[in-house]
Amino acid sequence: MIDTYKALAGFAQTWGLLYFVGLFLIVVAYALSPSRKARFEEAAHTPLRED
Amino acid sequence: MVRARVAKAGSERGVRLPSRPGLSDMAQTITSQKNMTFGEVGAAAAFAALAVLSIVVAAKAYTPEYAFHAYLFAAGSLWAVFKILDRYYDRPADLPPLEIAGKPNYSMGPVRFATVAAMVWGIAGFAVGLLAALQLAFPVLNLDLPWLSFGRIRPLHTSAVIFAFGGNVLIATSFYVVQRTCRARLAGDIAPWFVVLGYNFFIVIAGTGYLLGITQSKEYAEPEWYADLWLTVVWVAYFLVFLGTVMRRKEPHIYVANWFYLAFILTIAVLHLGNNAAVPVSLFSPKSYIVWAGVQDALVQWWYGHNAVGFFLTAGFLALMYYFIPKRADRPVYSYRLSIIHFWALIFLYIWAGPHHLHYTALPDWAQTLGMTFSVMLWMPSWGGMINGLMTLSGAWDKLRTDPVLRMMVVSVAFYGMATFEGPLMSVKAVNSLSHYTDWTIGHVHSGALGWVAYISFGAIYCLVPWLWNRKGLYSTKLVNWHFWISTIGIVLYISAMWVSGILQGLMWRAYTSLGFLEYSFIETVEAMHPFYVIRAMGGALFLVGALMMAWNLWKTITATEAAAPEGQPALVPAE
Repeated sequence: MIDTYKALAGFAQTWGLLYFVGLFLIVVAYALSPSRKARFEEAAHTPLRED
Repeated sequence: MVRARVAKAGSERGVRLPSRPGLSDMAQTITSQKNMTFGEVGAAAAFAALAVLSIVVAAKAYTPEYAFHAYLFAAGSLWAVFKILDRYYDRPADLPPLEIAGKPNYSMGPVRFATVAAMVWGIAGFAVGLLAALQLAFPVLNLDLPWLSFGRIRPLHTSAVIFAFGGNVLIATSFYVVQRTCRARLAGDIAPWFVVLGYNFFIVIAGTGYLLGITQSKEYAEPEWYADLWLTVVWVAYFLVFLGTVMRRKEPHIYVANWFYLAFILTIAVLHLGNNAAVPVSLFSPKSYIVWAGVQDALVQWWYGHNAVGFFLTAGFLALMYYFIPKRADRPVYSYRLSIIHFWALIFLYIWAGPHHLHYTALPDWAQTLGMTFSVMLWMPSWGGMINGLMTLSGAWDKLRTDPVLRMMVVSVAFYGMATFEGPLMSVKAVNSLSHYTDWTIGHVHSGALGWVAYISFGAIYCLVPWLWNRKGLYSTKLVNWHFWISTIGIVLYISAMWVSGILQGLMWRAYTSLGFLEYSFIETVEAMHPFYVIRAMGGALFLVGALMMAWNLWKTITATEAAAPEGQPALVPAE
């Protein structure tokens, strides 16, 4: 029982941490990449462009 | 049986025309053969079965309260069967088109219903909250009736304001926003109505259950197993309707508000299932036992409880912020990129913050520290979102002077910033040792609930009602202004009274004499808090008065004849 717990906790505290930080960095890169600037600008106007 | 009746009715009316049209004909809108849709047949059959089951349960129920609920289910199901058939007979052969002349044919009926329901439940919830506040100041007001005892009134208040008021606001606005920003008609034919009516039926079951003493005693998750099962069905339908509408979208990009709504719907489903994993004693008993035990149960409960705050009261209402503030200010959101980072950071962090409700308990120390750390980190996305909402007004701040609706929404974002600063502070163990179990917590919750959730909701409803009922504007902007100031004073009275009361309470509990005895008995702390309880009740009363003014204003807006619509004409203001 305690071994399973230690193994799971160890996994979560190393690979789990890296996984989430990695995912978050991908999100930041997605949001800040210059190539998407125009698209996001366009998307921001979605509520204002209604019929 | 349903099928047979329908076919007969169809032939009687002579609408049974040529044999089944080919696929190419179906595309045209002139198909005249009228058939029940799969949804209509399935829903009518399911409700008929539920009615039969409910009647059996009612007959064999262990308690009269449970039998009462079973009868409510039976009556509701029979009504649903009747409504489905009645609607079928009245509707034209073809379902409403998705588009009319190239423009989306929006479905606003369910939105209107949920908007009105939100206002009605809101007033009920605020009134019950006022009663609870008065009971704390003057205990005689429970009138010695079991149904009005504080222990039953309090969950009635919390559920009425969070789930009945807040939930209806979220359903109404999400159905509105997803249609408008996707430029697509709401998915499903009767499904949106099932979501709206089914959710409100859940509210009725939950609320009457509390008054009758049916509860599983879990904070914000008091309804028992059968109500939870019903809500699960409704919620899955909600998720499918929302997702179906997003998938039908004409816009290439899914607007950020929809991301927040999706996160809210999906996470609440997961939380609800995890926290309500219970085994009923019997089909004929309202009582159930949760599968979690001891400290695991406590952790699951607060994983649920804090994420009800994080995903219901925060993510859901942030969606309102991202739609209604830009719309009302007529400016795009300050930074769309920030909104993406805001969204992901918020949902990455919030889910871990729950353990801060269990400081200095049997929960392992590392888990408490984890909860605290994530709560402190939450400060960043919260303030990022607040800045994004507030800065949307940059260059248009003058609108705050003339538009009390926009002012209400901007103040709500300011309260969001304040409450999300206070929350992380209170999650720090040292602060929590003073604040926990005291009225400070109640004050904190209400600065978030009244200042943030209710104000952004009021703002959104003030925007929505003229749009939904095709009015040029509200009946009276002046009345909105009065609502704003009266309820703002109410909130300030409420939260400042609770700060003083809570810190006083915390300090009195931990005061020792030089000999090491507790300096104050418990009843002395209760006596010391009395004046603040009275002030708090006054704050609540002002908030209720503001909401009543709002309801009156909306009523006059809806019932006004269109010719009389222009705002602020003196001839139209007999009531002031």
